Amino acid sequence: MKCSSCSKKAVYSSQGRSYCKDHFLNYFERKIFRTIRKFSLMKHEDKICVAASGGKDSLAVLYMTMLYCKKYKIDFFALNIDEGIADYRDHTIKDLETFCKKYDITYHIISFKEKFGYTLDELIKKAIKKGKKPCTVCGILRRTLLNRGARELGATKLVTGHNLDDESQAYLMNLFLGSMKHSAALGPVTGFNSNNKFVPRIKPLYFISEKETRLFALLKGFEVHFSECPNINLSFRAKVRDKLNQLELLREGTKNGIVNAFLEVLPDLKEKYKNTKEFSYCKRCGDPCAGEICNACILEEELCQE
Amino acid sequence: MKVFIEKENKQIVFDKECTAKELLVELNINPTTVILVKNNETILLDEKLSKDDEIKILSVVSGG
Repeated sequence: MKCSSCSKKAVYSSQGRSYCKDHFLNYFERKIFRTIRKFSLMKHEDKICVAASGGKDSLAVLYMTMLYCKKYKIDFFALNIDEGIADYRDHTIKDLETFCKKYDITYHIISFKEKFGYTLDELIKKAIKKGKKPCTVCGILRRTLLNRGARELGATKLVTGHNLDDESQAYLMNLFLGSMKHSAALGPVTGFNSNNKFVPRIKPLYFISEKETRLFALLKGFEVHFSECPNINLSFRAKVRDKLNQLELLREGTKNGIVNAFLEVLPDLKEKYKNTKEFSYCKRCGDPCAGEICNACILEEELCQE
Repeated sequence: MKVFIEKENKQIVFDKECTAKELLVELNINPTTVILVKNNETILLDEKLSKDDEIKILSVVSGG
């Protein structure tokens, strides 16, 4: 198959168009820059923190953030959370370090071990005994460290590598669980209650699929080891992801359709849930939370104080 | 042809000339979840594969 824009051999096809390497890279960059502009994700006065695991999504978003920030003279850096997942995170951190050195990007690493006294591998053993799921523990603690780290390093925005697949999965999961309130906190800019202790999260890859991201990483020659978290198959998300991929095969554009339909109702959802939840501050750590003690401190007390 | 399946970290030998799409059907792999590489070049599903080709099936799923 030939590229729809020139006579070169196509490396990608989507929605009736095919792309050679150069036209695909161009399409990828334009799509991301358009998302950043459309949703005002980054401004000149921002200090951008890119949450970077070293996986393909984060390296792609780090690279594109670098291009955008250099073009518009915006300050940025990378932040990695080392959960301590043996034979997984150590590989991606190495990829991230190589990448940051190559492009001269400032990066910081914060570890579970240093902040909580245990690695995630150690915490999971305790969590499973107490009936908790690994992804829940990891998600809460990682989000907390990302927010704290970004805030303490002076960031005004936190870039994540969440993509079209992540967003369509999250929306469907919330639908299945009957939790529209959680969907109100999705979207290209995360969070529905502004709070000066909460660094807003932004998703430049919002309309980019996982396949496009991996292809981009491959064509750019980024050193990315294939890495699937060893705990993913225990999650509900993995089941939704697989079903969604089957639907995408049956009808191309399904994920786009889900996300675009979601964006139509998102303003109403944000309005509905805008002031229903009063934010207070955790009595232990001072971070914003819904109750007296934040979920991270509850987990820390349950799992780390032994 | 030699076929490397990244997700399973295994290499198999496939002795049938076919298209990339037919190969994925034979291996029961959903094309939306992979990128195909033939002799170090990214290919699409209509590509014809022959016995001497080296194929990589790269998974696009990562993270957790």
